[in-house]
Amino acid sequence: MKFTKTLWLVIALCLLMCTVAEAGKDLDAVRKKGFIQAGVNGGVFGFSMPDAKGVWRGLDVDTARAVAAAIFGDASKVKFTPLTAQQRFTALQSGEIDILTRNTTRTLTRETQLGLNFVSVNYYDGQGFMVLKKLGVKSAKDLDGATVCVLPGTTTEQNAADFFRNHKMKWNPVVIESTTELSKAFFAGRCDVLTSDSSQLAGIRAVAPNPDDYTILPEIISKEPLAPAVRHGDDQFRDIVDFSVLAMINAEELGITSKNVDEMLKSKNPKIQRFLGVLPGNGKALGLDEKWAYNIVKQVGNYGEVFERNVGEHTSLGLKRGLNALWTNGGLMYSPPFK
Amino acid sequence: MNQPAASSPLPSSAPPFWRDAGKRALVFQALALVIVGGLGYYLFANTQANLERQSIATGFGFLKKEASFEISESLISYSAADTYARALLVGVLNTLKVSFIGIILTTILGTIIGIARLSSNWLVSRLAASFIELMQNIPVLLQLFFWYAIFYEAFPAPRQALNPVKGLFLCNRGIIFAIPAAHPAYPAMGWVLLAVLVGGWLINRWGRRRQELTGKSFPAFRITLLAAILLPFLTWLFYGAPAAMNMPEMRGFNFRGGMTISPEFSALLLGLVLYTSAFVAEIVRAGIQSISRGQIEAAMALGLRPGQVLQLVILPQALRVIIPPLTSQMLNLTKNSSLAVAIGYTDFVAVANTTINQTGQAIEGVAMIMVVYLVFSLSTSLFMNWYNKRMALVER
Repeated sequence: MKFTKTLWLVIALCLLMCTVAEAGKDLDAVRKKGFIQAGVNGGVFGFSMPDAKGVWRGLDVDTARAVAAAIFGDASKVKFTPLTAQQRFTALQSGEIDILTRNTTRTLTRETQLGLNFVSVNYYDGQGFMVLKKLGVKSAKDLDGATVCVLPGTTTEQNAADFFRNHKMKWNPVVIESTTELSKAFFAGRCDVLTSDSSQLAGIRAVAPNPDDYTILPEIISKEPLAPAVRHGDDQFRDIVDFSVLAMINAEELGITSKNVDEMLKSKNPKIQRFLGVLPGNGKALGLDEKWAYNIVKQVGNYGEVFERNVGEHTSLGLKRGLNALWTNGGLMYSPPFK
Repeated sequence: MNQPAASSPLPSSAPPFWRDAGKRALVFQALALVIVGGLGYYLFANTQANLERQSIATGFGFLKKEASFEISESLISYSAADTYARALLVGVLNTLKVSFIGIILTTILGTIIGIARLSSNWLVSRLAASFIELMQNIPVLLQLFFWYAIFYEAFPAPRQALNPVKGLFLCNRGIIFAIPAAHPAYPAMGWVLLAVLVGGWLINRWGRRRQELTGKSFPAFRITLLAAILLPFLTWLFYGAPAAMNMPEMRGFNFRGGMTISPEFSALLLGLVLYTSAFVAEIVRAGIQSISRGQIEAAMALGLRPGQVLQLVILPQALRVIIPPLTSQMLNLTKNSSLAVAIGYTDFVAVANTTINQTGQAIEGVAMIMVVYLVFSLSTSLFMNWYNKRMALVER
């Protein structure tokens, strides 16, 4: 009798434990699988969107490619899952994706309550307002009584509410789930103002019927450090993702580009030698091939190249580097030493 | 077992329980219950353990925290400083509002179109038929997008708002109209109207009983209608006929004052009502056609007027056929109202989605959505079943 009871207890415990043991290390799982599954937005031009030929393009996409280049030595070993704002955290928590590179703001609540680890920021953004030029609005503080189109599912709704509350202004939000429907309603005049991260505003303005009719107000009402995220539980994997982002920034600091990286291998500068694995050490420390950083720069490019290619001044977004310039140029992009 | 002992020569002993079909069934049912319960518990415990392992917050503690997001339409006072619980309540009320008004309008419109479909007038019946075919065969989500686009594309900006009558404005911010300024007369009128309706119901009951006993009919409906118009009007006069209006006026970006019906609400209501009423029309037509022509002819031969034929012969029988499928259409309308998120009406799902986003507690949020819709559907269903039982043919 006692034996049967114990047996049942063991079975019951096993049922509970099995699921705990099964997770394993994320890095091992990724290596075994042979590719990285990355969660992206899928609908934001310049950050993640398939082009006319179905090839994924964007800053977030290139960040995921850099991680693949570091782990597999091949930037193409990555598959993309487009996620809505509501699906993204669940997808990462449940293991459906390995990394989340989906213009996601790092916040205290998300870091602590969702079981996520954010890594270094790959884009510093901030929430802004876009209005029709002919309304003659010069500042966001003139928006008392306005109807505001808001994209849900982000920190945007909260920021906007905080801003209007803080300035004791009345407002009327219109919240529509899909970006396309929301921008259509805004362009048709359903709202006076459209609010979102300013990079996204630029993207929406680029597809407006008459982009020149709209202007983005000078106020930035929030800090939106957009960063890739991984699950809790595998610190080595987290370090690799973190340093893959930082490697692109460090490469720009050292003046290494995808074009000159082969010449740079012959450089006498010990910083460059260490970075590119000519002087070994960094790769072993991360549990990667010594050429991991070389692969990132060669196949994806340094941060400046990635920025200019996807969102820079020669693209239809036409974003300036601003906060995303290197610290040496007055921006916030700063990499710890690679030694 | 209850047979007298004399008729059973063998000593009566109960068969073992595995031979007894009734007891066996009980055992199997209990077994099934244990398995389902065990599976449910396993899922619950597993989820809990996984969430704990990944250090994801659980529980409903977030309901007491400040929501810090704004909701554009609300039946109760709400601001971003209120709690998540209150925000969700606003969502529930918004869903109820659109479903309740939608169900009433759908029933009325559906009945009219259903009767029109049977009209002997060729044009009327063809028009009704094409309406039904058109509405039934276009997905409701597309219809919502269509009506919403009509509202914001076809109507002018607020500064160029159409102003057909004094105090009424049409623009892409909605339909804005003047309402009487607050005055104690209006709540009093509401109470009087309520009293009239209750009184009318009692008179109607009394009248019907008298008709059953004596055969004399009593015009209860007409009297109630007259009282419902006259008495509130007299109350209004009694309070000194207040005529002050709360006029909407253009100030800054939008209209201030008056009452606004938003394009989101209008588009959602319009889409749901038109779509569902096409189905209701077919149900009404089927119900009426289920009554044999002979009964109607017989009723007319007895000298009943057409209104009486409808009220005394057709409807009592047709309703038995109509009510069950009508119930499921009402449930459909309620559930379809969750498509509101697509066109920006802040129904319960929209508020719950925002809550999930901000707190990250998807499991709790989705569970709440399921419970709320279950309660809506079950209560609609209960009410309609009760009504159906009342309407069932009572054989005497």
